[in-house]
Formats: sequence, structure tokens, C-alpha cells
Amino acid sequence: MNLELALPILIPLTAGAVSIALWRSVRYQRIIAVLATALLLAASVWLLRSTIDQGFLVMEMGSWPAPFSIVFVSDMLSAIMIVLTGIIGLAIAIYSLASTPKGHEKFGYYPLMHLLLAGVAGSFLTGDIFNLFVWFEVMLLASFALLTLGGERAQMEGAIKYVTLNLFSSAIFLSAVGLLYGTVGTLNMADIAQKVATIEDPGMITVISMMFMVSFGIKAAAFPLFFWLPASYHTPQVAVSALFAGLLTKVGVYALYRVFTLIFTQDVDYTHTILLWAAALTMLTGVLGAAAQFEFRRILSFHIVSQIGYMLLGLALFTPLAIIGGVFYIMHHILVKTNLFLISGITYRLLGSYDLKDLGGVYKERPLLALLFLIPALSLAGIPPLSGFFAKFVVIRAGLEAEAYVVTGIALLVGLLTLYSMIKIWAEVFWKKTPEHVTDLRRLRGEVKEKHNWAYFVPVIGLAACTVFIGLNGQPIYELAEMAAHQLLNPQLYIEAVLGAQQ
Amino acid sequence: MESLMAYVVGILFAAAIYMMLRRSIVKLVIGLILLSNAANLLIFVVSGMTRGAPPLLPEGTNAPLGAIADPLPQALILTAIVIAFGVLAFAVVLIRRAYEVVGTDDLDQMKDTDT
Repeated sequence: MNLELALPILIPLTAGAVSIALWRSVRYQRIIAVLATALLLAASVWLLRSTIDQGFLVMEMGSWPAPFSIVFVSDMLSAIMIVLTGIIGLAIAIYSLASTPKGHEKFGYYPLMHLLLAGVAGSFLTGDIFNLFVWFEVMLLASFALLTLGGERAQMEGAIKYVTLNLFSSAIFLSAVGLLYGTVGTLNMADIAQKVATIEDPGMITVISMMFMVSFGIKAAAFPLFFWLPASYHTPQVAVSALFAGLLTKVGVYALYRVFTLIFTQDVDYTHTILLWAAALTMLTGVLGAAAQFEFRRILSFHIVSQIGYMLLGLALFTPLAIIGGVFYIMHHILVKTNLFLISGITYRLLGSYDLKDLGGVYKERPLLALLFLIPALSLAGIPPLSGFFAKFVVIRAGLEAEAYVVTGIALLVGLLTLYSMIKIWAEVFWKKTPEHVTDLRRLRGEVKEKHNWAYFVPVIGLAACTVFIGLNGQPIYELAEMAAHQLLNPQLYIEAVLGAQQ
Repeated sequence: MESLMAYVVGILFAAAIYMMLRRSIVKLVIGLILLSNAANLLIFVVSGMTRGAPPLLPEGTNAPLGAIADPLPQALILTAIVIAFGVLAFAVVLIRRAYEVVGTDDLDQMKDTDT
């Protein structure tokens, strides 16, 4: 019995249930939100430490032996993702104290947030492909409700696209699970991996693998399946945007990493070449889309798409160094992207708009905030010595070693264009003078005293500190990624850990 | 029987996608409902259909005597139906709210957030 394996799911589920029980008392819900996410972070660090010590943690539900029971498995990749979930959860919970409108808090914002975190954590930890589907749905349902909380016109329009494409993706996922079960007769991922290797007709397996790729590609917002993301991510209130930006698409990326290293490695030439070009086009279309935008959160949304490309590139090259780079990139990206969204929320509060044309002059009044923006922005673009530099460096080096020169060239170009977008935001929001049609400058000048002002800055400073820490202290993070990559590229280890436990 | 069911699944998928490509949001949701039913039926068909052989062991034995029906797909479908029910209930409320807020059921009019 590994308690640490269950805690990252149990804590948010319990916190969500208790928050619903305390429906009328928003004050207690707020306290629980911060406490539970802090506990989640502590539990996730515990999980990471145990996973480093033991390699794999496996828990069988109801003590049925492994292929018959649903298993929860933690390897290095899962543990790293869980830690990131804990960090983002805590940051968002604190930020929500200040940013969430009263009406949203009254209508179940905090319970939904816990439910979302439970769904994300469950997806990272489960070792059963159907159970993965169930956790996906838990996560999706919570995200639907969070996205539409408030009920404004833009939210409804964004939500229709978001809901439709995600349900479509779920239906493909479910069909693929069904076909896979019909072919190999099991749902346990380790058992599937073992049986897939012995199937005589690899053609059918490749077809199924393509269905998984399309389904997870929609969730991860890969080219050409990303359209729902820039249509919806900028519509909810900013803490929700930041939570989605940090975690949701990365669940799709995680699922791709899981199935395309463990299960579908029978025809790497075919599947991973498709992934490679999808990755290149994802990077390129995302960054070009961002270049055309003039709304703070839409620029950032398109950048999520382009960054997803780098993570997929790591998986598609399928060399040890590339996987290390991909995992490193996921770690860096989750922290940085969430932080940028949180900062866009702060400038929104100061000047009342997300449109770059209505923003300006923040550097003059708030130089510290400008600095806090620069850290994640330059990190996203890959400027040393911040975290993004090392993440990009490893991925691009892996690309050169694998002699995929065209794709590597695209990755470098995209880095440059990312810098262009970030400089655009910097120049418009922070550097230029406040436009003359903006008259309400009291907040910008700090003349309005408000409660909970600290809650805006604590998570931003914390996440920026994480970015700088990874940048200055790359070696231990690289080693974590290296351990994860080693496990991913040797699926035999995973299979033995799950199925061998009972023998 | 299985080939007949395969056609049914195929027709359901085709109808679902046709409905989803229409402009009305109501038809979009009908498409989603058909799609989830098609996926459920697909699971049922691909995992093999066995008639009149419940997966119960006679008393005193610990292995089935002949071929029995696989109970797992039914559990999967049941789970998927429950999930789809919840999600689609949400989708129905969503299109109602969207219709109220936007004032039209035409998807082509709902592209403010795309540009």
C-alpha cells in the first residue's frame, strides 16, 4: 500500500466534496482551497521522492492482482507531472483569492477547481487505459463548468467549440479503447504493451495508434487539431485561463508520451514521422497565429499551441536526448505559461483591458511588475540563463544529433518569432505611454487600496522564482528528466513493475 | 449478426458526423449524442458477441465450462453511458444558454471569439 500514490487524487477529491458541503460559506471554501492545494503540493513532493528512490510505485485497486485490477502507477514522468500539478494548483488557489469575482465563488468555483485537479492527477497516475478515459472525462466536465462560469457571450461561443471538439476527441478515444480491447483483450497498459508486441497483424495496431494520436492530439492542441484552444482559452476569468493553460493541454501531451513510448512502438518509422511533422507544423502555425494577434491572452493562447510543438518534437525524434528535452520542456512550459497568464490578469486589473491597444505605461508606474513579466517572457523565448533556454537547447541539440535539420531549423525560427511576440507585448503593455483614451489610471498608480492585493503577486513571484531556479540550477532538473526518459525508453521496466509485482 | 452490427455502427458514425457538420447548434448536440452511442456500440461489437452464455460459473467449479460472454465490455459501456449522460446534459444546457445569450442557433453567427 503506497499512501503517497493515492493522496494526489484523494486530497483534491476530498477538498472538493468538503467545499460542496460548505456551499454557503465562501470564506471556508477559500481557506480549504489554499490548504488543500498546499497539501497536494506536499504530497506530490513526497510522491516524487519515493519514486526517485524506488523507480516505480504501483497500487492495485481492491488488491486484485495486476492485469485484472485497475492499477495506479507512478513512474518519473507521472511524478514530475504531479509535482507540477501541485505547484500550479497552489499558485492558482492563492491567485483566485484576489481575482475570482464574487458571483463565481458563490456558484462553485472552488469545488470545480478541486475536481479539475483531481481529474488531472488521476490522468497522470492511472495505469489503465479505460480509467484514463474516465479521468479525462472528470477533468473535462470540471473544465466545461469552469469555462462557462459567468455566462458571458464570448464564453458561450468559446465553450461550444471547446465542448464539441473535446467530446469528439473523447468519442474517438473511447472507440480506440474498444478496438484495442477487441484486439488484445486487456485494458491494463502494461499488459497491453506486452500483448501488442506479440500481435501478428501490426497493421491493425497502427490504425488504432492513429486513433489515439488524433484523440490525444485534439486534447494537446496539436496541428491541425488546435482550433478550439485559441477560440476559448481567453474567454473565462483569468485564473481559469491560467489553470487551463498550465495543465489541460499537457495532459494530452502526457497521454501521447505514455502511449507512444509504452504501447505503440511497433512501427516507429511510421507513427513518429507523422508526429514529427505534426510537431513542426504545430510550432509554426501557433507562433504565426500569435504574431497576428493584438489581445494579450490570445497571443499567449497561440503560444501554448506553438510550445506544444516542441514537446511533441521531443517525443517524435524518439532518441534518449530528445525525450529528456521534451520532459524538460513540459516542466519549464507549465510554470512559465501559467505565470504569463497570471500577469495578464494583473495588467487587466490595473487598466481594465486585455487588448494591447488599450494598455500601456505599466513600466513607468510599476517597474517591478514589468520585471516580473520579463522573466517568464524571456524564458518562453529561450533567452539564457532562464529555464526556457535549457529546455530549447536540449530539444534542438537532440534534433541536430538525429539529423532532422529541417524540423530543427523550424524550431529555431519559432524561438525567434516567440521573442518577437513577447517583445510586442513588452512594447505595447509596458513600454509605450498609456493611450490617451484610457482615463481611469487610479489603479495603475496604486491610488486604490484593495483587500488581498498580495494574492496577485505571491504566485507570480513564486512561479518566476521557479523559472529562475530551473535556469540557474539546470543540472538536478535535467537529471530528473533523464530518469524519466530512461524509464520511458525502456518500457520493459514499466511492464515488470506493474505485472511482475505479484509474481 | 456481427456484420449487421458493424453496419449499424458505421451508419451511426456517419449520421453523427453529418449532424455535427450542420450549422444549427441543436443538430450539433444530436450529432454528439449519436457519436457517443456509436462508440458504445462499437465497444460492444468488437469485443465479440456471445448469445445465451452468461459469465457465471457452475457451483463447485472455478473455470467456465464452455465459451461465455465477456462481462467487461458491458461494464465499460455502462460507465461510458453514465459519463456521456452527464456530459450531454451539460451540452444541452450549454446550447440553451448560448441560444439565450447570442440570440441565434446558427453556428456561423458564433465566431466572435475566432478572430
